[in-house]
Amino acid sequence: MLLIATSIGVMAVILLTAVGEGARDYITGEFRDMGTNLLIVIPGKNETSGGGSPIDLAGVAPRDLTVEDAISLRQIEAIKNIAPIVIGETPAQFNGLERTVPIIGTTPSFLAVRKWEMATGNFLPGVTLDRSPPVCVIGKEVESELFGKNKAIGQWLRVGDRRCRVTGIIGTEGRAVGIDAQKVVVMPVSLATALFNRPSLFRIAIEARNTWEMEQIKKDIIKIIKKRHQGKEDITVIRQDSVMKSFDNIFNVLTMALGSIASISLFVAGILIMNVMLVAVSQRQAEIGLLKAIGAKNNQINHLFITEAIILSGSGALLGLVLGHTVTQILKVAFPTFNFLPPLWASFVSLLVALISGVVFGLLPARRAAKLDPVIALSGNK
Amino acid sequence: MINLENLCRHFAVGNQVVRALDEVDLVINEKEYVSIMGVSGSGKSTLLNILGLLDTPTSGDYLLSGTNTSKMNDDEMAHIRSTKIGFIFQSFHLIPRLTAAENVEMPMVLSGLNPKERREKVENALARVSLTDRSDHRPEQLSGGQRQRVAIARSVVMEPDVLLADEPTGNLDSSSSKEIIKLIEELNQGGLTLVVVTHDKEMGRRSDRLIELLDGKIINDNQN
Repeated sequence: MLLIATSIGVMAVILLTAVGEGARDYITGEFRDMGTNLLIVIPGKNETSGGGSPIDLAGVAPRDLTVEDAISLRQIEAIKNIAPIVIGETPAQFNGLERTVPIIGTTPSFLAVRKWEMATGNFLPGVTLDRSPPVCVIGKEVESELFGKNKAIGQWLRVGDRRCRVTGIIGTEGRAVGIDAQKVVVMPVSLATALFNRPSLFRIAIEARNTWEMEQIKKDIIKIIKKRHQGKEDITVIRQDSVMKSFDNIFNVLTMALGSIASISLFVAGILIMNVMLVAVSQRQAEIGLLKAIGAKNNQINHLFITEAIILSGSGALLGLVLGHTVTQILKVAFPTFNFLPPLWASFVSLLVALISGVVFGLLPARRAAKLDPVIALSGNK
Repeated sequence: MINLENLCRHFAVGNQVVRALDEVDLVINEKEYVSIMGVSGSGKSTLLNILGLLDTPTSGDYLLSGTNTSKMNDDEMAHIRSTKIGFIFQSFHLIPRLTAAENVEMPMVLSGLNPKERREKVENALARVSLTDRSDHRPEQLSGGQRQRVAIARSVVMEPDVLLADEPTGNLDSSSSKEIIKLIEELNQGGLTLVVVTHDKEMGRRSDRLIELLDGKIINDNQN
C-alpha cells in the first residue's frame, strides 16, 4: 500500500507536468506556425497613468485605423508583408442556398502573413492595397454547403449586398483572428469595409523581414501612425514573439504549479511511511532489543530505520516514474497531436521529494527505535 | 574480571519502590563458571542485565576488567557489549528472515568488520557448535536445540571475555538441554568466563559456583 501511495504521487507529478508541458508546446507551436516575425497593429491604446481618474485608465478614444494607414506603412523597408484585416459576419447565397458566414476582408499578403495554403485556385488575384476587384476565396465547408458537387471556382457568390467571384478554395484548417478557415469567405479589404459600412480596420497584420528588426519596426509604426493621427498614439502594436514568450512563461509557471500540487500527495505518502514504520518499530521491538544486546549503537538503529524508510519511498518513487512515463507514452499514441512530454525536472524533483519525505517521516520512528529500552524490548513488553 | 560494589537497582512502580537488587557485592574471576539461581522475582535477570550493560544500576559500582561502567555513555556500553560480552537468551532471539550464518554474522556487521573476515569467523563459529551443514537454514527450519546453538555461535563470534546466559535451556527438551549445557561448558573450558541464570538444578550443580538470590540480595554464594 505504501509503495502504491508513493508511486501514485510520483505518477501524478509526471502526468500533470506532462499535460502542462504538452499544452505549452501546443500553444507555442501554434504561435510558431503563424510565424514569430509577426506584428499586429490594433486600434486603441491601453495604458495606465499611475493614479488619477478611471477615465485616464481607459483606452484613449481611437481614430479609425484605415487602409490608408496600412498603405502608409509601406515606407518601412524592414516590413516584408502588410495585411489589413476587417472581420464581420453576413449571409452568403448561391443558387437558392444561403448560410451566414464569417467574413475576412484583407489583401493577398494575408496568405503569407498567416501562412495559409490554398487547396485550389488563387488567393484574391489582382487585389492590392489600392485595388479591390470583386473576388473572394472560400473555405471547404462553405464550398460543400453552398456549391455541393458543383465547381465553386468561377462562380459568383452573393455576400450580403455584394457579389464576388470565387477564385479559390482555402486548404488550411485551423483558425485565424478567431475564425475557422473552413467556414470563412475572404474578400478584398475595401469590399469588406463597404459591405459592413465600417471604415476602421480590425487589425493590421505585418510580417517583418527579420526578427531582430521587429522592435525598430514597432517604433516606426507608432511614429508613422501617430503622425497621421494628429499626434495621438491611439494604436497598440503587439509583437507575436513577445506574446508567445508570455504564454511560454505562463505555461511554465502553470506546469510548475501543477507539479507542486501533485507533490503534496507525496507528503501524504510520507505520513503513511511514518505510520508503517511506527508499527514496524512496535512489532520489531525484540529485534531492536537484540541488536542493542549484541552491540548496536543508538545511531546505528536510527540509520537502519531511516534507510528502510528511504528504500520504501525510493522504490515507490521509481515505480511511479516507470508508471508515469509509460502512461504518457500511451497518451502520446492515443492523442498524437498533443505532445505529452514530462519535463526532466519533474522526474528529478518528484524522486527527490519522495526521498526527502521518506527521510523526514522516517525520523520519528527511527528515533523511537533508537531510544527503546533493550531490557523492555527483549522481554516483549510494550 | 567482574566486580559489583554495593550495587542497587530500584524500580518505581506507582507509589512503591521495588528493590530488584539491594546492596549486592559480588566478584567473579576470569574463567569462572557461575550459576545464579533463585525464585521468580529474586533479581536474577536484573543482575544479568546489569552485568551485560543492558541496564544501569540505581547506585553502586560495576567494574568490568577494572573499568567503572557507571561513567560510560550509551555508545561506550554498546562497544563493550559488542566486543567483550556475549549473550544467550532463553528464547534464542534469532531474526527469522535471516539464515543461521547471517544471524551469526550480525555482531560483526555492526562492528564494521570486512566481509572476508566475517565469512571466516562465521564458519569457525558454526563449526564450533557443529552446525556447518545448517548455515543456509532459516530458524524455522531448525530444531530448538539447533536454534540455541546458532545463538551460541552468534554470542561467541566476536570472541568475548564473558558469556552471559539467561535460562539457556528454558525452552528446550531434556536431550537438547544436555547438548547445550555440554556446549557452553566447553566454551568455559576454552577460557570464557560464564555466568548463567538458571532454574536447571543440574546446571547449577555442574557450575564452579552457585549464587542464590532472594528479594534482590545474595543469600548464598558457594563453591561447588
